[in-house]
This record gives sequence, C-alpha cells and structure tokens, in this order.
Amino acid sequence: MIWVAVGITAIGCYLLKLAGLSVPPRVLERPLVERVADFIPVALLAALIAVQVFSHGHSLTIDARAVGLGVAVVLLVLRAPFLVVVFGAAVVAAVVRLL
Amino acid sequence: MTDPPLEPEERSSIIRDSLGVGIATGAYGVGFGAVSVASGLSVAQTCALSLLVFTGASQFALVGVIAAGGAPISGALTAMLLGTRNTLYGLRLAPLLAWRGWRRALAAQVLIDESTAMSVTRESTPAARLGFLTTGISVFVLWNAATLAGAVAGNAIGDPRTYGLDAAVGAAFLALLWPRLTTRRNQLVAVAAAAVALGTVPLVPAGVPVLAAAAVALLAGVLTKDETR
Repeated sequence: MIWVAVGITAIGCYLLKLAGLSVPPRVLERPLVERVADFIPVALLAALIAVQVFSHGHSLTIDARAVGLGVAVVLLVLRAPFLVVVFGAAVVAAVVRLL
Repeated sequence: MTDPPLEPEERSSIIRDSLGVGIATGAYGVGFGAVSVASGLSVAQTCALSLLVFTGASQFALVGVIAAGGAPISGALTAMLLGTRNTLYGLRLAPLLAWRGWRRALAAQVLIDESTAMSVTRESTPAARLGFLTTGISVFVLWNAATLAGAVAGNAIGDPRTYGLDAAVGAAFLALLWPRLTTRRNQLVAVAAAAVALGTVPLVPAGVPVLAAAAVALLAGVLTKDETR
C-alpha cells in the first residue's frame, strides 16, 4: 500500500508541476483560486503539526512530542537553521523520555 | 527569444546565489530521510519519494500521515493538495522560461519553491532559465544524496522513539510553516486548521483530519476579501 501511495503521489505531483508550465494562465489565474492555493499549505501544515504532536490513534495526548514542538518554536524564534530545529526537537524529546 | 546573452558578471552572480540556495536546501534531505524511515517507510520507498515526488512539503506530508497511522491514500491526497502550489509557480514562470516539448517536461520535475524563488524575479529568459536550472538541479542532486544518507542512518539506529525522531516530524512541519505565519490571516487559518484536525481525530479514520483541515483553506479563500497584499 505504501508503494501505491508513493506512485500516486509521484504521478500526481509531477502532473501538477507540468500543468502549471503548460496550461494557459487564464484558466487558473483567478483571485479565488490564488487565495485558496496560498491558504492550503498553511492549513495542511498546521493540521499535520497538530495531529503529529497531539494525537495517538484516536485520542488526544500531551507527551514528550509536545515538549519537542516547544523547543522547535524557541529555535525558530532564534532563527536556527532547519536541521538544528528538527534534530533539536528530537534530542529534547528523547531526553524527556529518559527522565 | 531575442534576449541578448548574459554578461559574465551577471552569469556568475546568478550561479553563485543559486548554488548557495541549492546547498542549503539539499541538506534538509537528511532530515527527510531520517523522519521517513522513522515513520515506517523503507529506505527504498524513502529514496523513491525524493527522486520521483521531489517537493519537500508533500514528501513530509505523506510520511507524516503514515506515521500517524493514516491510510497511505490519505497521505497521497494530502501530499497532492500541498503540491498544488507548484502549479501556481508554473503559471508565473511559464512565459518567462518559455520552454516547450521535452525541455518543459524535464524542467517540470525541478519546479519547486526554491527554483521558483531564484528565477521568478529575473528580467530576461536566459537569466531566469539559468537561475531555475542551477537551483533546481543542485537541490535535486543534494536532496537525493542527503535523503539516502538520512534514511540509512535513521535505519541503522533502531527504534526511532528512543531518539525522539517521532517528535522531529512535528518540528519539521513547523519549520516549513513558520515563514508563512507572517500575516494575521495566515495565523488565523493555521489555528483554525489545527483545531479542526484535532476536533476530528476521535471521530474519523487517521489521515482524514488533515484533509478535513483543507476545508478551512477553502472557506478562508471564499470569505477573504480580495485586497492587495
């Protein structure tokens, strides 16, 4: 099933890229389409964060992952590079689990 | 095209800037590789994503949904929704890059955030093409090499929870979201989307809450007045 999802995502994402370079601009260049397209990454990323950090199966939980997210916020405010943010959150979550 | 060829100084300045962006971005691939194997994908699946999908946020979304126990198909849908922004980038770049046929088909694979950023502001087609290709190709090569390195390393160390790699997924999404939170309306959309996702977690199959949150983007688009930003 994972391979199927990988294949669908690969084909879908490629066609989305190719469509942008191929479709006449008038078809998609409308204010509503542009606004929604700008909001989609914001909404999906926020939802992915929420689900990834605060849920386990069908229940809502707060555990070491929430501490990791807090660390990520601090590192982002301090303008740390991407890898420092990602692995900083991982290290702190691992340490919290050891306590 | 009737544009004159690029001056040597402009040429080397575009190449230098593009390689800088390519190296910085490609290195993120280590994070993706490690997070992906921590989410339960194999090294081969992880590398296939970087080679074939090659748009970072979509790749992180697919493995994130799978890590949360969602159906891989929900993950694929989420990844494709995130991939729609590349379509808009393409619309802006098409007249500037002015490629046709197989060149356009190949260029499409490296149409991502970074290659767009490094070409959309150029004033001539040769300059735009140079920025687009130098950035796109350097990100592609480094992103894939780094993905392999991260996946192999992540696989070698065993249970990802011991190292907090499950917490790294949320941090990676936040780092991708962060630069977009500069406007009040984006902040509101983010909070509403997170609330919708968490509110539906107990009710629907895993993976669906994230898709439900896409409705917030649609609603926000319809409700927002068209003002210049």
